[in-house]
Amino acid sequence: MKILVFLEQRDNLLKKSSLEALGVAHRIVQGHGSVEALILGEQAQALCEQAQGFGATTCHYVQAPSLRHYQPLLYKEILVQAIKQLQPDSVLGMTTPLSRDLLTRCAAALKAPLLTDLVDITAQEGRLMGGKKPLYAGKVLATLTYETQGVKIATLRPNSFAAEKIPGTMTIQALPLELPSTAMEKIELTEVRKGKSQKADLTEAARIISGGRALASADNFAILHRCAEVLGATVGASRAAVDAGYATHDMQVGQTGKTVNPTLYIACGISGAIQHLAGMRTSKIIVAINKDPEAPIFSIADYGIVADLFEAVPLLTEKLQGILKE
Amino acid sequence: MRIIVCIKQTPDTEAQIRISDIGKSMLLLQDVKTILNPYDEFAIEEALRIKEKMGGEVIVATFGPDSAKEQLLRGLAMGADRGILVASTSFPQTSSLLTATVLAQLVTQEQGDLVLCGKQGIDEDNMEVGVMLAELLGWPHVNAVTQLTLTDTSAHVEREVEGGQTEVYRVQLPSVFGAHKSLNTPRYASLPGIMKAKKKPLDTKTVSDMGLEEAQLKNLVQVRVDHYEYPPKKPAGKLFKGASTESMVTEVLELLRTEAKVI
Ligand SMILES: Cc1cc2nc3c(=O)[nH]c(=O)nc-3n(C[C@H](O)[C@H](O)[C@H](O)COP(=O)(O)OP(=O)(O)OC[C@H]3O[C@@H](n4cnc5c(N)ncnc54)[C@H](O)[C@@H]3O)c2cc1C
Repeated sequence: MKILVFLEQRDNLLKKSSLEALGVAHRIVQGHGSVEALILGEQAQALCEQAQGFGATTCHYVQAPSLRHYQPLLYKEILVQAIKQLQPDSVLGMTTPLSRDLLTRCAAALKAPLLTDLVDITAQEGRLMGGKKPLYAGKVLATLTYETQGVKIATLRPNSFAAEKIPGTMTIQALPLELPSTAMEKIELTEVRKGKSQKADLTEAARIISGGRALASADNFAILHRCAEVLGATVGASRAAVDAGYATHDMQVGQTGKTVNPTLYIACGISGAIQHLAGMRTSKIIVAINKDPEAPIFSIADYGIVADLFEAVPLLTEKLQGILKE
Repeated sequence: MRIIVCIKQTPDTEAQIRISDIGKSMLLLQDVKTILNPYDEFAIEEALRIKEKMGGEVIVATFGPDSAKEQLLRGLAMGADRGILVASTSFPQTSSLLTATVLAQLVTQEQGDLVLCGKQGIDEDNMEVGVMLAELLGWPHVNAVTQLTLTDTSAHVEREVEGGQTEVYRVQLPSVFGAHKSLNTPRYASLPGIMKAKKKPLDTKTVSDMGLEEAQLKNLVQVRVDHYEYPPKKPAGKLFKGASTESMVTEVLELLRTEAKVI
């Protein structure tokens, strides 16, 4: 049995979350088969090295200048060819804007069954059988099982599985295939504009501090940014804060924003509407700071502080500075 | 330009989703209040704006239950020209690939020049149907579009990805685009709009009316639901109140360190 893991790069850097998929693949095969990886990129060969020691026995790469950025149809044609050549039992990737887009398109091309955004997997005798997926904004979880022969495809929610150091050797190999020559005629990525922050994206962040309507202005968000700086966290926001223009829309957490899964989520001045909870309820530890002891956010908080955030957050920042220096 | 907007009926975001006591592989969705999938509103709005600028026709279409006519009417009330409901009633289970296959046939038969949809349904959050539809049609696609500028033959498209980065694409039409919420601000359906909607054409079809084989489509359901469960209930947390903010903050930080071990 063979599992192929699609490892994603951005700006010639291997995405850390991709290593989680290698760990999962290793867990699935349990000695019944092999874990192979694939990287597409401008410097894909060099990136393979970074996958060493995470459970793959072979790392395939396709290297070309045109693969520097995600080119939807070019990447799709290559991955479809790779799957046909390598004949894996299943293909894994992470639930990221790139991989979920790519793997979905490949699934349609191959008429292969697809499960996206799994938070757990089921396996038997080295095969991926299915997994668990949150539905209806996390109100229920479904356990799903593949019902077909042939290759199965899945994407995994970041931070749901740990990347594991797995000793062993890994071979690095160029995948022999012809680069499709016309794939970029229909669609070409021409530019990637950098965001303001170099911080981890909300969807992959291990720590998040979010602000709600209570922040009352865009300037006031600075107190969260300062705390985030000290904590190494990414700043998020409720929809009310976004709609009011205090935060940008890419910061929105929730049902119509981002689904996040950090180890620590600090909600400041957020009431805890069901649509907000939908995006962050799977956070490992939730801290809520709110003036109102009846705020629904406290019902899912591990630690709640009934206080004015304008007093509590600067204190938090100050004390964290002390603790993290130790 | 003939624009087809693929929409979906979803449960209201406030709705409670309950699992059947008899079979754990069933959800009790019959009595749940439904809405037009929030992202689809942005798709409809964008289609109407394109039509206003470039002329053409806007068709709202769905593969769904009979009650999804309500959501099609909503699209018509916003300003779409006609609606098509492909009945999903004879399919106890569907899949993204099945839905995309039905919609691909619809787009082909209606000779659509452009397809817009929401970037994802807020029910299963799959983000799959639009992308698969493009693949089946052999068209390019961009999902989670935050900006769209069209000429007759091509599009300048932006989409938001992680880390606040924006990807910029040049796309040849025809294409499928999945709308993100910052694409535009959807208009409200006006009262005259709502009145007019009732007189606009709204066709109902079955998959066989469209020349598709029901049995073959059923083969596209390749995943089975074993069971549903509620997310594990969190044990009640610790709430600090009444003490000085400083002492409460200190205490929580200590617990984050020693009990939760996250800092
Ligand atoms: C279709 C749909 C989709 C939605 N999607 C999302 C989504 O993705 N994400 C999302 O967040 N929301 C979403 N919402 C909106 C959601 O219903 C709430 O309106 C929103 O989350 C409220 O944001 P908030 O908690 O910041 O504001 P509020 O509900 O106004 O809460 C503010 C809180 O701050 C507290 N407070 C005030 N001053 C202070 C202070 N000085 N110190 C401490 N606490 C203070 C108050 O006690 C209150 O609890 C959606 C709604 C709909 C209908």
